[in-house]
Amino acid sequence: MEKQANKPKIKLAVYWGAACGGCCVSVLDVHEALFDVVAAADLVFWPIALDTKYKDVEAMADGEIDVTLFNGAVRNSENEHIAKLLRQKTKILVAYGSCAHMGGIPGLANFWNKESIFTRVYEESESTGNPDKIHPQPEVKVPEGKIEIPEFYNDVRALNQVVDVDYYLPGCPPQTERLVEVFMAIVTGAELPPKGSVVGALEKTQCDECERKKSDNKLIKHFYRPTEVQDDGETCFLEQGIICMGPATRGGCGTRCIKGNAPCRGCYGPPADAPDPGAKMMSAIATMIDANDPEEVEKIVDTIDDPAGTFYRFSLPGSIIRRKLI
Amino acid sequence: MKQVTIDPITRLEGHGKIEIFLKDDGEVENVYFQVPELRGFEKFCEGRPVEELAQIVTKICGVCPGCHHMASGKAADAVYGVEPTSTAKKIRELFYMAHFVHSHIAHFYALAAPDFVVGPTAPAAERNVLGVINKVGVDIGTEVIKQRRIAQEIQALLGGHQTHVVLNIPGGVRKGLTEEERKDVEEKAKGFVEFSKFSLKIFDDVVLNNKEYVDIILNGPYALTLHSMGLVDDNNKVNFYDGKVRVVDTNGEELYKYAPNEYTEFVEERVEPWSYLKFPFLKKKGWKGFVDGQDSGVYHATPLSRLNASDGMATPLAQAEYERMYDTLGGKPVHATLAMHWARLIELLYSAERALELATDPEITGTDLRAPLDKTPSEGVGIVEAQRGTLTHHYVTDDKGIVQKANLIVGTTNNNAAICMSLKKAAQGLIKKGVEVTDGILNMVEMAFRAYDPCFSCATHHRPGEMPLILNIRDKDGNLIDTVSRK
Repeated sequence: MEKQANKPKIKLAVYWGAACGGCCVSVLDVHEALFDVVAAADLVFWPIALDTKYKDVEAMADGEIDVTLFNGAVRNSENEHIAKLLRQKTKILVAYGSCAHMGGIPGLANFWNKESIFTRVYEESESTGNPDKIHPQPEVKVPEGKIEIPEFYNDVRALNQVVDVDYYLPGCPPQTERLVEVFMAIVTGAELPPKGSVVGALEKTQCDECERKKSDNKLIKHFYRPTEVQDDGETCFLEQGIICMGPATRGGCGTRCIKGNAPCRGCYGPPADAPDPGAKMMSAIATMIDANDPEEVEKIVDTIDDPAGTFYRFSLPGSIIRRKLI
Repeated sequence: MKQVTIDPITRLEGHGKIEIFLKDDGEVENVYFQVPELRGFEKFCEGRPVEELAQIVTKICGVCPGCHHMASGKAADAVYGVEPTSTAKKIRELFYMAHFVHSHIAHFYALAAPDFVVGPTAPAAERNVLGVINKVGVDIGTEVIKQRRIAQEIQALLGGHQTHVVLNIPGGVRKGLTEEERKDVEEKAKGFVEFSKFSLKIFDDVVLNNKEYVDIILNGPYALTLHSMGLVDDNNKVNFYDGKVRVVDTNGEELYKYAPNEYTEFVEERVEPWSYLKFPFLKKKGWKGFVDGQDSGVYHATPLSRLNASDGMATPLAQAEYERMYDTLGGKPVHATLAMHWARLIELLYSAERALELATDPEITGTDLRAPLDKTPSEGVGIVEAQRGTLTHHYVTDDKGIVQKANLIVGTTNNNAAICMSLKKAAQGLIKKGVEVTDGILNMVEMAFRAYDPCFSCATHHRPGEMPLILNIRDKDGNLIDTVSRK
């Protein structure tokens, strides 16, 4: 990529919604490349590192920010407000990381609802004493006046369920090298893929990247949890009967969990040819089951524990299911 | 009454907010520290296979994922009633020591040092890690970055995923250590020991040799008289990975010592309608409100409380520093909030020494990595010390190991009430009638919670001098009267 001379610096913003901070750490982990980033971009909003306030963002002109990396899911009213504000002020809005992409781990909360979460956390938890069943409220009158906290929503949403998103950069968190590649493409004025594309990841699956030994003969009579068998450390997890989300997950992370001897759980989202990770995984599994009798097939499928929570580990809000109806 | 809002401060599992109410004469009436976010892990862990939680709960915090991974791994062991193999335990602890080294380095140099090395009321633009490097020299700055990177490399080597570690599985670990890797880790651990000694020397030169700073530590508006909590080994020495939780009272006398599975007898959490974060307190003392003292149930779980709650450190150099700290500060227990920074450096030295012990342990390269699971899973509690306080994970499963209930008391949560009180005390001591609320005053208020290294300021390299603080001064109807902001 050629750097264009005299190109004005782009304005970059980074923001977190319902997130763990891992995405911001992945941005900080550019290490030496930070100098390239700073040479090419002015960071105009980044709560973890910079002294810019919400009202400074509000004062910006529409579209004044060139690129915003929005990480985290939309869990509460504050997340939604800032997502809308940043959409208005930003030319290229990137859903950065699994939570913004498809809901991520916090999106597992869509197996439940607000009431059941509050009841568990604030009433039933083994260490909580709350005889009056007090729950946090958006607005509370205290003796000295009134104080507020954001409203906790019933549903977790992915970023594109709240605002229009230009690109998706998946991963929990995204590999920093992938971020740098995408960033440099933007600042050098390289031709960008069509709006709505997933960037910073491969078109193909984890399996295409995976170094574990594979045979063509993947036939399974029983699925096992990682606790039930001893992984041999070198053979494809699925061939050992251990559920691995590799076939239903984009490559691009360098198979980092698999290198730590843990099966993939799908944080990079589904590959280009399959919009829904659960549907893709079901079809992958269907081809592996070593039985023709429907009853036996069902028995083998039943050896998979928590299929919904595993196949949609990082993607429930953004999947075709979106939530469990309660 | 005037209302002062500091919003947003950053990172306590997301976001934090401080509300200060001023009386009509300008004195501080009350302070509320609010956590405006909840994600509800306790609920959505239900239905998941228990061995999956070690990978799910790392997502509570991308800054200290290793702590949740360890507490979860230990809770899952307990669910299966399995004792991990000796090699597995040592590999886990070695990983964990590297996690502590990395985090404590980041906190001291990037977050705490600016207040002391550059100065608490120095211009905001200089009061950051770059300002520290300007003062102490580029070579030292480079060394800080290098040692922290090396600690991260050890974590990635053992943990697989560079952020969201995948090491633990019930009964052991997924991956061992080769002899070649061990040698490399040994050299790195030696470097940690030297660097930790050096860091304590900087603390000596810059802080302890400065009367003004010692005065701030001992007599500033920061001390709270609280009970102290920390995990200890069989000899009552500080341990981060394993042991019993010991609580000593405000006089340093042992109140309780409990095994992980007894925690609900000793700790209770209170709910306030104005914060999503609960307020733990000592159950047998009871909740007496946001007050300190011997009768209060409020405790702290911090590097300082861990030292207060123990009889010493299990490694020789750290033990010598432990003795020196208490000699200098007038004996145990110490209640000066800012002494937490010193305690954190003593813990850094311990982590380094312990990492070296483990790296030279013949068992560390063993191949017996997983103990068999031969019991029916049911219920278990795992407790470790996170950098920011005692961390408790409690799971109940069905007989297939599918989680039915999960309960978590997270490091910083222990200190929720104490942080509120420290902020109030600091605000009362610093914001007075007729005193202009300057950036320096704001920072001195912030120093009260920065000492706790709460998760919003944890090892994210974020720079305190550049924290996004806004202080809105409002009348009691919420009308904005004035705004003070960081330059």
